[in-house]
Amino acid sequence: MSLATRQVSQRTAFGFLIAATVIAVVPVLVIIGVILVNGAGAINLEFLTQAPSQAGKAGGIFPAIVGTFYLMVGTLLVALPVGVMAGIYLTEYAGDNRLTRLINMAIVNLAGVPSIVYGLFGLGIFVLAFNFGMSLLSAILTLTCQALAMTVTTSREAILAVPADYREGSLAIGTTRWQTVRHVVLPQAMPGIITGAVLAMSRAAGETAPILIVGAAFLLPRLPQSIFDQFMALPYHLYTVAAHVPGIPDVTIWGVALVLLVVVLSFNVTATLIRLRTRRRRYSS
Amino acid sequence: MKVDIDTGLLNNRVMANDIRLSTNQLNLYYGDFQALRNITLDIPERAITAIIGPSGCGKSTFLRVFNRMNDLITGVRIEGRVELDGIDIYDKEIDVVELRKRVGMVFQKPNPFPMSVFENVAYGPKRHGIKNRIELENIVERSLRQAALWDEVEDKLSQSALALSGGQQQRLCIARVLAVEPEVILMDEPCSALDPVATLRIEDLMRTLAENYTIVIVTHNMQQAARASDMAAFLMMEDDRAGTLVEYGPTAEIFTNPKDKRTEDYITGRFG
Repeated sequence: MSLATRQVSQRTAFGFLIAATVIAVVPVLVIIGVILVNGAGAINLEFLTQAPSQAGKAGGIFPAIVGTFYLMVGTLLVALPVGVMAGIYLTEYAGDNRLTRLINMAIVNLAGVPSIVYGLFGLGIFVLAFNFGMSLLSAILTLTCQALAMTVTTSREAILAVPADYREGSLAIGTTRWQTVRHVVLPQAMPGIITGAVLAMSRAAGETAPILIVGAAFLLPRLPQSIFDQFMALPYHLYTVAAHVPGIPDVTIWGVALVLLVVVLSFNVTATLIRLRTRRRRYSS
Repeated sequence: MKVDIDTGLLNNRVMANDIRLSTNQLNLYYGDFQALRNITLDIPERAITAIIGPSGCGKSTFLRVFNRMNDLITGVRIEGRVELDGIDIYDKEIDVVELRKRVGMVFQKPNPFPMSVFENVAYGPKRHGIKNRIELENIVERSLRQAALWDEVEDKLSQSALALSGGQQQRLCIARVLAVEPEVILMDEPCSALDPVATLRIEDLMRTLAENYTIVIVTHNMQQAARASDMAAFLMMEDDRAGTLVEYGPTAEIFTNPKDKRTEDYITGRFG
């Protein structure tokens, strides 16, 4: 091939690569932009601190914000410790055999199960069999099942990434396996584990389908009184006002979307910051 | 002390009553693969025993037999007897954690924990239940002095151990082992990641430590074995790649008057 043709084909390839990048990035930016422009007008103190009235047409979205917050914290409280402990067991104790590999594969694949399936599972197990009813508790446990796939996997990966040198150095002076995990491996793996947990939380915050059938309320203009109470949540409220409340001002719908987006994105940004900070610390030392 | 060449050796058995470690008819397998074959030797106490041999002959695997670090690898199987002070360390009654406290290990690559210098040395004693701050400080100072590192890090105890130079890190790892007061120190090519000056410092340190500890060192470096050890064991691979003991004896003997042609070829650099 002549030099000229090679350069043409090089430029063509560049063109396609750039175009693909633009196609990938533009929709995200447009979505964020549109939501910002349309929703900003709805954001005021009343919107953020008052309960909805007239089926969401007036008032604020305070119960939905609080409900989503409860869901995230509740999911974190259960999914993080269980995920870390399972991750430790699978990496440090279980040994590398066919059963462990099967379990690992199953956990990774759990992340791919559609969320409505988790919802149905939660309805059958937590709401009906355990008799927790349509409640915050049922929703937290349902979201936890889904989040576990992520927290176990990220914990496992973070623990595996701790160099074997550290483990050997610790074991070689007569410490138990648990002491080694507790004092050398876990402190090293913690940033990775936390990152995974934060991402799992942000996903839990954005889920609509599973909570819809295990406890989220269509409209409940007060805060949940206990974990057995129903609750409002931002994504479900967004669906409600957008699809089921005629005559609602557009700006209110965009406003709900904006608040949800800010909540979810702020968690993703936090996770990224944690990761960047540890990476910098690791390289500087 | 130096092992007296004239005490004599019979079938790799040291004819003296100061044996610390010994193996008898040791075979080690990784699954179906035999890594060590029929190794019998006695390691004298308060002396430096070097294990030498070409790459892949099982030197490190052999060293890790003595603190059961091979247990960490799935599929490892051992036949024969391995003794510490006459007690079979592969007996079911043996607590591996207690064994490793008595038989410490220093690795090829310096592996200080990502914590302060102080915390690195205090790590072992803390895990073994010492909580008193003053007691810990005493242990840390004593261990760092023993490891000939105190003067260099005295005013850096709270700094990250990862900021030390490679040689300092390796001496810190030695101090970390000394802090739990072992009887035996295993060293797996402790100088291979270090420059010549740092290497000589570690060798000096080994000589001093040998007054109180039994040291077994795996080394690639012939000069190092010749300079620093009292006893030398030459391992080699057989055709099926299993490591066997070719010759074992006082270092001076092995290096000046090897009995086996293969030992002579190796130490004169004709192969390996």
